[in-house]
Amino acid sequence: MTTSSTSSTSTSASAGPVVGVLALQGDVREHLAALTAAGATPRQVRRPEELAEVAGLVIPGGESTTMSKLAVVFGLLEPLRERVRAGMPVYGTCAGMIMLADKILDGRDDQETIGGIDMIVRRNAFGRQNESFEAQVEMRGVEGGPVEGVFIRAPWVESVGGGAEVLATFDGHTVAVRQGHVLATSFHPELTGDHRVHALFVDMVRSA
Amino acid sequence: MSITPASTSNSEAPATGTARVKRGMAEQLKGGVIMDVVTPEQAKVAEDAGAVAVMALERVPADIRKDGGVARMSDPDMIEGIINAVSIPVMAKSRIGHFVEAQVLQSLGVDYIDESEVLTPADEVNHSDKWSFTTPFVCGATNLGEALRRIAEGAAMIRSKGEAGTGNVVEAVRHLRQIKGEIARLRGLDNHELYAAAKEIRAPYELVAEVARTGKLPVVLFSAGGVATPADAALMRQLGAEGVFVGSGIFKSGDPAKRAAAIVKATTFYDDPKVIADASRNLGEAMVGINCDTLPESERYASRGW
Repeated sequence: MTTSSTSSTSTSASAGPVVGVLALQGDVREHLAALTAAGATPRQVRRPEELAEVAGLVIPGGESTTMSKLAVVFGLLEPLRERVRAGMPVYGTCAGMIMLADKILDGRDDQETIGGIDMIVRRNAFGRQNESFEAQVEMRGVEGGPVEGVFIRAPWVESVGGGAEVLATFDGHTVAVRQGHVLATSFHPELTGDHRVHALFVDMVRSA
Repeated sequence: MSITPASTSNSEAPATGTARVKRGMAEQLKGGVIMDVVTPEQAKVAEDAGAVAVMALERVPADIRKDGGVARMSDPDMIEGIINAVSIPVMAKSRIGHFVEAQVLQSLGVDYIDESEVLTPADEVNHSDKWSFTTPFVCGATNLGEALRRIAEGAAMIRSKGEAGTGNVVEAVRHLRQIKGEIARLRGLDNHELYAAAKEIRAPYELVAEVARTGKLPVVLFSAGGVATPADAALMRQLGAEGVFVGSGIFKSGDPAKRAAAIVKATTFYDDPKVIADASRNLGEAMVGINCDTLPESERYASRGW
């Protein structure tokens, strides 16, 4: 019953790189649609053998504690870490940003992350749902004006190490970071219909 | 950065409580399980098991049924205790049409308000105006017209009503099939027919036309009411629910921690019978359950709300 991305008009998907969306939990469908619009061929990834077939991976928004737990239970965490270490391009939004942080604050004590960016991320840093907001965000590497930032119980980046580059800030807090082949945003471009950040990521996959 | 943007907008005042932020919150819950809990300890068990959110309430629906009387919003102390116990989102229930209970829940900082038929309705004509809140609402529905009326009132998430507190999934199946079936039927109508269809299901034309065009509700659709096993959760997902609420099914069972984790696994791998089989092993006793056809009309929660 989960037919996806019916609104896509793309028929030339065969040319795009195969990009997975980690589909343990979260807003998977929106990322599949955004990736299609950005010229990629998207796939859901829930198993190690599915991970092996993709050239890049999006880790969606969702509940990071749930994703982390399921990744451990279903034997995906180590394969994910290995692929990221080996240079597979990865893009994480919100919970996905948390999953890509080498260190997190305000997480559960047993919460595992994949890591990949030398940064410390604070969970739910912008507050609870009543504080969730949207705002315009300038993002380095994304041309054509600010992106619409949708921040939902969003994390922010407390600090980054030497290898990581800050791409955007909001209200003095870092909300977009890139370290080589790994990209992360606190906000959710997949909810906006503006596919420029996904296009940036698909370019990263193409040139990897 | 090679471009000079026209704005210094990164310091522009952020907009809270927008439809996109409210509906977007529900999008983040997809593929997940939301569990009813009555104590901070239960909330922790749910979080440990991988719940995407918890529903804080004083009594699970099975006990509300047993106890009878008027069921109301929970004690703020109890809700705050749960908010402080876990890091995942916390939802709480207001009575249908009791917008002051909803105001109180918003002031407590709950992440979602369930305007719920499980509590005793406070207004037999009107539901709360959900647009006037910053906190998003989820509402139950038994059919497409009801779902779209709730969305018109501002609901940012819909769940099937099912028959809460019975441990019997039959009504949730009925409601989800009804909603999905009506959406499929709208897809087959031409533009001329949509006006009459809107009138027939008593829903705003604009929403009916949107559903006919997109083939889905404009908000996330979960299932609730009677899910008690991993297979129940997977069934609802295969029928088209984007996630599940589990009420009495977990903490009225023999081994709540194990059952909760099992339902989470089956909800993610809803289309993989092997995973569901493994998740279903040795869970201990499920909640006893009630046959819905023996329930008198006055005890059917699904008929509350209009």
